[in-house]
Amino acid sequence: MTAAGTRTQDQDLHTVSARGITKAFPGVVANDGVDFDADRGEVHALLGENGSGKTTLCKILTGLYRPDAGQVLVGGNPVSFRSPADAYEAGIFMVHQHFSLVSSMTVAENVVLGWHREKRRVFNRRQVEEEVARAAERFDMHVDPRAVVSRLSVGERQRVEILKAFYRGARTLILDEPTSVLTPQEAEQLFVSLRRMASEGESVVFISHKLDEVSALCDRVTVLRQGHVSGSADLRTTSVDARGLARMMVGRDIAFSRRSRSEPVGESEPALELREVSAVDADGTPALREVTLSVRPGEILGVAGVAGNGQVALGEVIAGLRDRTGGDITLRGEPLAPGNPRAASDRGLAYVPEDRIGTGLSPGLTVADNCVLKSYRQRQLGRGPFLVKARILARTQRLLEAFNVKGTADSLVRQLSGGNAQKVLLAREISSEPQVLVVATPTRGLDVSAMESIRSLLLEAAARGAAILMISEDLAEILDLADRIAVISRGRIQGVLDADGADAEQVGILMMGGSLEDAGAVAP
Amino acid sequence: MNESLLVDLLTAGLLYGTPLVLAGLGELLAERGGVMNLGVEAMMLMGAVSAFWFVQSFEGPARLAIFLAILVAALVGMAMATLYAFVVITLRANQVVSGLALLILGGAAGLSSYLAAVGELAGPAGRHRLPTYDVLGLSDAPIVGPVIFGQNVLVYASWILVALAAFYLYRTQTGLHLQAVGEDPRSADAMGINVSRYRYGHTIIGGAFAGVAGSYYTLAIQPTWIDGITAGAGWIAIALVITAFWRPGLLLAGAYLFGIVTSLGFTLQARGVDLAPEIFRSLPYVLTILAVVIVSRGGGRGRFKAPAALGEPYSREEA
Repeated sequence: MTAAGTRTQDQDLHTVSARGITKAFPGVVANDGVDFDADRGEVHALLGENGSGKTTLCKILTGLYRPDAGQVLVGGNPVSFRSPADAYEAGIFMVHQHFSLVSSMTVAENVVLGWHREKRRVFNRRQVEEEVARAAERFDMHVDPRAVVSRLSVGERQRVEILKAFYRGARTLILDEPTSVLTPQEAEQLFVSLRRMASEGESVVFISHKLDEVSALCDRVTVLRQGHVSGSADLRTTSVDARGLARMMVGRDIAFSRRSRSEPVGESEPALELREVSAVDADGTPALREVTLSVRPGEILGVAGVAGNGQVALGEVIAGLRDRTGGDITLRGEPLAPGNPRAASDRGLAYVPEDRIGTGLSPGLTVADNCVLKSYRQRQLGRGPFLVKARILARTQRLLEAFNVKGTADSLVRQLSGGNAQKVLLAREISSEPQVLVVATPTRGLDVSAMESIRSLLLEAAARGAAILMISEDLAEILDLADRIAVISRGRIQGVLDADGADAEQVGILMMGGSLEDAGAVAP
Repeated sequence: MNESLLVDLLTAGLLYGTPLVLAGLGELLAERGGVMNLGVEAMMLMGAVSAFWFVQSFEGPARLAIFLAILVAALVGMAMATLYAFVVITLRANQVVSGLALLILGGAAGLSSYLAAVGELAGPAGRHRLPTYDVLGLSDAPIVGPVIFGQNVLVYASWILVALAAFYLYRTQTGLHLQAVGEDPRSADAMGINVSRYRYGHTIIGGAFAGVAGSYYTLAIQPTWIDGITAGAGWIAIALVITAFWRPGLLLAGAYLFGIVTSLGFTLQARGVDLAPEIFRSLPYVLTILAVVIVSRGGGRGRFKAPAALGEPYSREEA
């Protein structure tokens, strides 16, 4: 085959390619000679830990960054994008984790926003609605073009983002961790649609660090580690299991901690008990509706649910950060007065909020200051009314070593990576040896190694006898760690399952507001 | 109610309602883009004084004088709105505070009175006033004649502008973009819409509308100069935008209702109804408070809501 022949084939095959892409930021080489091809008709996974360079690569492919070296090609022809608008022009679209939708507008209005096709000045509502409905049908993505976005579920909003891309003529769709906000059923539906796109000849780039999804959905996988391509595989012809992919990602074997179910959960009194607790959001809408839960010492109760179903209120009400409108909370046998976070903390409750930087940690203070934020009143840290800095630093140093945090006591928290910041927060909360630990989304946004160490920290705390309430949107994590699973939907506990018999599908039905009977499960 | 009372009320409603339509429409466009301009009253007063100054000092045919006076009022309103836009959009200052500052600068005790004193405007009657038309020769028709076919050019212009604004907001891509900027500037920005440009543009156009609305006082309602001649109409216009749920059509209807209430005192007094004039004069303001309270309590559902980003400065860097 001649060189020219190869080239023609390239043009037919690749919608977008990267050749030898290098991009450095001060102190770090984010991409180092990366080659990548998205082909027509395939779903191509881009797999890697946080900081491995996947996001940088995609920002280069979509015109947000310009590479220091290397070339982006579209249909085999070199291109040089100056802005995302140039990438749109070339048919490359990215669906970010944070959607760009105006919630008070309809689906059709959102789809045409900012888009002047044929330089149309007058907005022909009916025509746009029809076009959107056609595109929705083509990819099996049901969404009503006349619906107002604020009434759509997260999954439906994601479909609107995808439809927006295709309405604007996308040939390559890049999705940044699209399933992190979806129920298992919604994720399943998304996969069907993505497969449909591939079979229609479009190409889909799927960024993920969930290994099972990659092996279930994708045709090819390219793995990035520390800015290099560390491996790639054609999943249509070779079988690579999750373990093999993990090895490519991390460079060593990873064994995730799981709760060994044989450990007996003590029959003792609950350490934390909620009885018919209700609470409202700032605008007065109900956030929690008569929530009844209990956690015993040494037990991990997982609270599963799609984001925005009352999880934040649940954590805040227990921690005393939000007043309840009804119900009682008992902490270690005694009622807990509402609205007094210090009382809750003094009685052995530790709280790791979803909003780590902001509620959990103070980003403008040093690691040492953050470590003693709750314990500065202790006698050991001061002399009379004064704090003794040497003692604070010594304690911080011990914590950093014990929890394997990369960072120094005097560095600012905002300079830490997400994983290290989360470890500082957990170090502070767990080192106080709490009887009750409430953690929200403990591993969100963390890479595999950080995730693993935080999981084992939680298991150790439980083994020590702490009662742990773990609120998480990551169902796999809950299934791995929890003893029992409570599912929350619209502020109501839909049911509590024993983790032993539960599977993702059952939990998913409850997450969407189904009942235990719908899920076909037996309550523990 | 006899026929001539009805005609009197409607005509007066149109007379006093028209500046509210114009100023309200300007405020509506700015607010749809997320900019709340509390300086409307000041822009109206500045428009009023500059238009009056112009007709008093310009030597030339009446029609040209009137036309240019309106133009001058619009330009003065735009200049003030540009200053305001720079402060709240580029410098991202608090919109309420900046609006009030603008009011003090241009208001009844500020620049407008100063200019009137310098130009010695107080006292003499205006040399020209807005002529009324006899459209299609129908101004003598019963009731509708004087009300619909016998008005001045700004009344007809305000009707056309309301229709254009409604079409613009709901049926054009640019109008859709303006709504997006007022609702969710971050998403609008992500979709390639230039948030600052939309906000500047509509705030400045709003200023032009307010300036013209002010000129209506010194050119049509009361062709003379009194300090603070607009008597709080700018505030009523702002309240009207809220009670009209940011919709041009409702704004027009509301403005005429307010116009009728404003004129109730004169109209009834002319017919010998004996009631303290203070009661009638306070009516529009009482009605404003009532309307805003009712709307704030009962409204706010679905799409009948204030633009979500109203009053909030936007910056790309801030999360």
